[in-house]
Amino acid sequence: MIAVKYFRLPDISGRFLAIWRRNFLVWRKLAIPSMLGNLADPMLYMLGLGFGLGTLLPQVGGVQYMIFLAGGTVCYGTMNSATFEALYSAFSRMHAQRTWDAILNTPQNLDDVVMGEVLWAASKSLLSGMAILVVIWLLGLSHSPLTVLIIPLALLIGLCFASMGMMITALAPNYDFFMYYFSLWITPMTLLCGVFYPVSQLPAGLQTIAQFLPLTHAIDLVRPLLANKIPTNALGHIAVLLVYGVVSYYAALVLMRRRLLK
Amino acid sequence: MSRKHAGFGGPLIKSLAIALDIRDPLTVRNLCKSYGSREVVAGVSFELKRGECFGLLGPNGAGKTTTLRLCLGLTEPDSGSIILVDSKVPEAAREARRRVGVVPQLDNLDPDFTAAENLLVYGRYFGMADRETRKRIPDLLDFAGLTQRADSKINTLSGGMKRRLTLVRALINDPDLIVMDEPTTGLDPQARHLIWDRLKRLLAQGKTIFLTTHFMDEAERLCDRLMIMDNGKVINQGPPRELVGEHIEPQVVEVYGDGLDQWLEKFARPHAKRVEITGETAFCYGDGLEPLLKNLQSQTALRYLHRPANLEDVFLKLTGRELRD
Repeated sequence: MIAVKYFRLPDISGRFLAIWRRNFLVWRKLAIPSMLGNLADPMLYMLGLGFGLGTLLPQVGGVQYMIFLAGGTVCYGTMNSATFEALYSAFSRMHAQRTWDAILNTPQNLDDVVMGEVLWAASKSLLSGMAILVVIWLLGLSHSPLTVLIIPLALLIGLCFASMGMMITALAPNYDFFMYYFSLWITPMTLLCGVFYPVSQLPAGLQTIAQFLPLTHAIDLVRPLLANKIPTNALGHIAVLLVYGVVSYYAALVLMRRRLLK
Repeated sequence: MSRKHAGFGGPLIKSLAIALDIRDPLTVRNLCKSYGSREVVAGVSFELKRGECFGLLGPNGAGKTTTLRLCLGLTEPDSGSIILVDSKVPEAAREARRRVGVVPQLDNLDPDFTAAENLLVYGRYFGMADRETRKRIPDLLDFAGLTQRADSKINTLSGGMKRRLTLVRALINDPDLIVMDEPTTGLDPQARHLIWDRLKRLLAQGKTIFLTTHFMDEAERLCDRLMIMDNGKVINQGPPRELVGEHIEPQVVEVYGDGLDQWLEKFARPHAKRVEITGETAFCYGDGLEPLLKNLQSQTALRYLHRPANLEDVFLKLTGRELRD
């Protein structure tokens, strides 16, 4: 049972900025390897799969495979970056390092901490998304001016997945727990939501499932932009990401309060 | 604020201002908190006076840490009231914590930062401008004896250094009240003495300190007043010397060795007012223990220690001698 007091609405203020800046200062010290990781990972995916698999394939989704893959990789990279930060890194600060305990002894409260952490994870995923975009531009995979819109989208995708990750962190007894989240949620999305091939290739049942998963909607937004097209039903896709984000943010907050304010 | 306006409004406002200014930093009334059917804090009341060191003692599981968490607004009480530095807690806990510094039981310094960065980042949590914090950092590091270690990573500092840094981190906002949960647990004697010295300096500066401890010598040395808790209830409170005088005979002889049992029956029980046994050691309490001591000098198999009664004797008498886990 969760006590009623944990359900109060989020206390939103600018105080979270101190927490965001704390994480940013740590990141800055490791910025170079972190940026290299952001760039190298998607580049290897796109080059490896793009060339390795792409040469065997005819056009996929109406474009060269590497271009098809690029749209998926932006979303996949953004999702992963937010997820890792909101799970492992946030859990370290909450549990192992007790950084949150130290913060909660100051005028900050738990709502500030959760907001700072979610926005930080989203910021990191924004950076990942942008790094992949730069790779796409450098490889000449897209000349569409609409790709600029991917930047705010990466932030939205990041917020959505950071909130979901934070919810899992609030429930996690230890690091091993995160494997369930990957096995049951992240990996299925990676394989079902159209990162590597169009969702339409799947059997009808799986296609229906894919329609309920947030990554599908992220990809449906990003991929047309790379082809210089306005996504169809863009507002609907944005709404799905927002609903996932808002609901899991609130759930994360309630669960964190239950866990830490006992 | 009160001081600023005191000059304008005549004697009434002036006295009001003084009254406001000397308000107790912490007032707790009838505090209760249960987890399920387990009552962890059961009707606790106390208050801290400005400028004093107030110690909260109790065995493990007595409710000390929960009491501290409640006072800081980190968890909500089931009932009771808390006024922390003029703000109602938990309702205005955030406001209250602006004027409080907390030294936690477990070190939670930021391992990714240097000593100086830890202070800078902590200042930001209080909404302090970096410029303002940077001005305070050299003095704080000096107070901690860590001037040379300003740019050292946390994992290169010793336990004592970390604890001193945690102490000055709690001073970053120049708090009126410093709350410390077992400030010297896990430190070696040198490091403990250094912490005690710093706490005394803070008290001399007029700060109020609220600490929990397991160490009776620490409580006796530092605290003006003590409160002993067990099973969520306050068993007793008062100045350390008064507690000792009130509860314990002035002299103690600790005796251990072979043949203790017979000796106790034959000599100790008739001469001592009270005999307590913990493990292999007998504690003989009384007023005039000279006959006992004389007898002990001739007992070759028994070893003994004669000392004045102290807070530990009070603590063990009030909370019992059985092991707490």
